[in-house]
Amino acid sequence: MGNALIVAEYKGDALKKVTRAAFTFAKEYTTKQGGEFHILVLGHNLGAVVDECMSYGAAKVHVADNESLANYLAESYAQVVAQVAKDSGAEVVGATASAMTKDLMPRVAAKLDAGMASDIIGISDEGYFDRPVWAGNAIVSAEITSPVKVVTVRGTDFEPAPKGDAGGEKVEVTVSVDLGSLKKRFEQFEEVKSDRPELTEASIIVTGGRGTKGDEGFKLVEGLADLLGAAVGATRAAVDAGWVPNDLQVGQTGKVVAPDLYVAAGVSGAIQHLAGMKGSKTIVAINKDEEAPIFQVADYGLVADLFKALPEMVEEVKKAKG
Amino acid sequence: MKILVTAKRVTDPDVKIKVKPDGSGIATEGIDYKVNPFDEIAIEEAIRIKEKNKAEVVVVSVGSKEATKEIRSGLAMGGDRGILVLTDDPLDANAVSKVLKALVEKENPDLVLMGKQAVDGDNNQTGQMLAEILDWPQACFASVVELVDDSKAKVTREVDGGFDHVELDLPAVITADLRLNEPRYASLPGIMKAKRKKIEEIELSSMGLDTSPKVVWHKFGTPAERQAGEIVADVPTLVAKLRDEAKVI
Ligand SMILES: Cc1cc2nc3c(=O)[nH]c(=O)nc-3n(C[C@H](O)[C@H](O)[C@H](O)COP(=O)(O)OP(=O)(O)OC[C@H]3O[C@@H](n4cnc5c(N)ncnc54)[C@H](O)[C@@H]3O)c2cc1C
Repeated sequence: MGNALIVAEYKGDALKKVTRAAFTFAKEYTTKQGGEFHILVLGHNLGAVVDECMSYGAAKVHVADNESLANYLAESYAQVVAQVAKDSGAEVVGATASAMTKDLMPRVAAKLDAGMASDIIGISDEGYFDRPVWAGNAIVSAEITSPVKVVTVRGTDFEPAPKGDAGGEKVEVTVSVDLGSLKKRFEQFEEVKSDRPELTEASIIVTGGRGTKGDEGFKLVEGLADLLGAAVGATRAAVDAGWVPNDLQVGQTGKVVAPDLYVAAGVSGAIQHLAGMKGSKTIVAINKDEEAPIFQVADYGLVADLFKALPEMVEEVKKAKG
Repeated sequence: MKILVTAKRVTDPDVKIKVKPDGSGIATEGIDYKVNPFDEIAIEEAIRIKEKNKAEVVVVSVGSKEATKEIRSGLAMGGDRGILVLTDDPLDANAVSKVLKALVEKENPDLVLMGKQAVDGDNNQTGQMLAEILDWPQACFASVVELVDDSKAKVTREVDGGFDHVELDLPAVITADLRLNEPRYASLPGIMKAKRKKIEEIELSSMGLDTSPKVVWHKFGTPAERQAGEIVADVPTLVAKLRDEAKVI
């Protein structure tokens, strides 16, 4: 039986919560299909994140720490992932579905001549992968028929793996990437800084749409978010208008989220937006148009002008919190 | 300079599709088809490059005879000619990347532009796979593309936490994200001209490729529908319900 290898994604010195969801996927898969759960962590000057990888019950943690991996490039990372996949006897090579892995994993799949299933949300007893298609309006059961299978895993559909006892074997990976041969150069990462929680990590999200009409309206969205300790989300319309950074976009082609509470203000509820948030536990919609489709998925709808409703909500939440 | 750009035929992205009652697929009766919106952005980018740098833009699609319409839309926007690889089989991303590789070998483009994902299968795989099997560099989720002397491309990529800036040697594969540009509407003269532009048809079966699927779709299901909840009268009621009923604040 082959093993399940998960490519870990981290920020700073800590694993992303969504990576821990991919660990849970691998544990579930190996429980059903046999084999061992392995982790691969790549980068340069990896510190505490390696120790953290050691504490999720993986049989092996492969560590590829090399100067040539200091900056992410799909071309170099794919070489290492494919090499480790072969060396570790991986049958499934997976990662959490993120901007990085969406870029990387298909390249890995092609290297291994493997079939790939993106954004999986479950595993069937036959070992097929359930995944949303058509903006989440259908779920298909996808069988990967190649010996090696590549997947990305939705962080919203698997619980983040809890820390367990340290253990397992640490394996140093010999990295032989020739950056000069890649025909691509990393130039710069332009970080968009924010003190708010990340969308995929937050338990509350407040999202603003075109109805916020710009900075002033978005300030109100952010004000409520900060009071609730929430992440800020946006529709494509709000991102396109330049009011907020691109990585706040929630939807079919942005982030997929499922927080405990999702507040959508000035959001119409287009198919593409719903695809990214309709798994949220409780949805609140604030929209002045009572016909807006967002109300069809909202647990609580408020037909109101957000410029009046959001400041009022801040006052009421302050009162409620005492 | 020559640019190969893809035009996948997909169901209208703004129509909510339904699953057939027997779970065998998507109910397609009465549904319109369009160019995959991300491919439309790729086509627009190819045409902008052509307008600036002089280039030939070849619009390609893999699919049924009906996909002629999607290629024509690309030609109406300003593409020069089309290639349609004919097949009625549903191909997975691995197979499509092999077909596109064969077209790249036939046409020798300097650049392949594609959408980052198709809005039907939502795979987001084909461009990356094509780049790998060609041993070309890739820049996916591009929001800015700038060519340098027809031999390099500087690309800004939209990623988690910000923007990634990379430089690629051509030939390369670039996949378009939403904010790369706003596709133009085809003009009436553009549409008229497109009717006379050449579309070469190639039977997939004549290409000698192994396109057997590595991903097989079995049953389709419908996700659990959310029920609309209640409309609350005012903000105090809303906040009270969030605290006492949903217990989320
Ligand atoms: C290929 C493709 C991919 C896409 N991917 C995504 C995606 O990932 N995510 C995404 O979000 N969209 C995506 N879209 C865009 C999507 O189709 C919609 O256009 C978009 O979600 C609309 O954003 P919106 O709700 O902010 O704006 P609108 O649809 O314009 O809605 C604005 C809403 O605000 C309300 N409003 C206005 N003023 C007020 C006020 N003062 N108080 C209260 N309410 C008010 C209006 O009644 C309206 O309902 C995609 C589109 C395409 C074609």
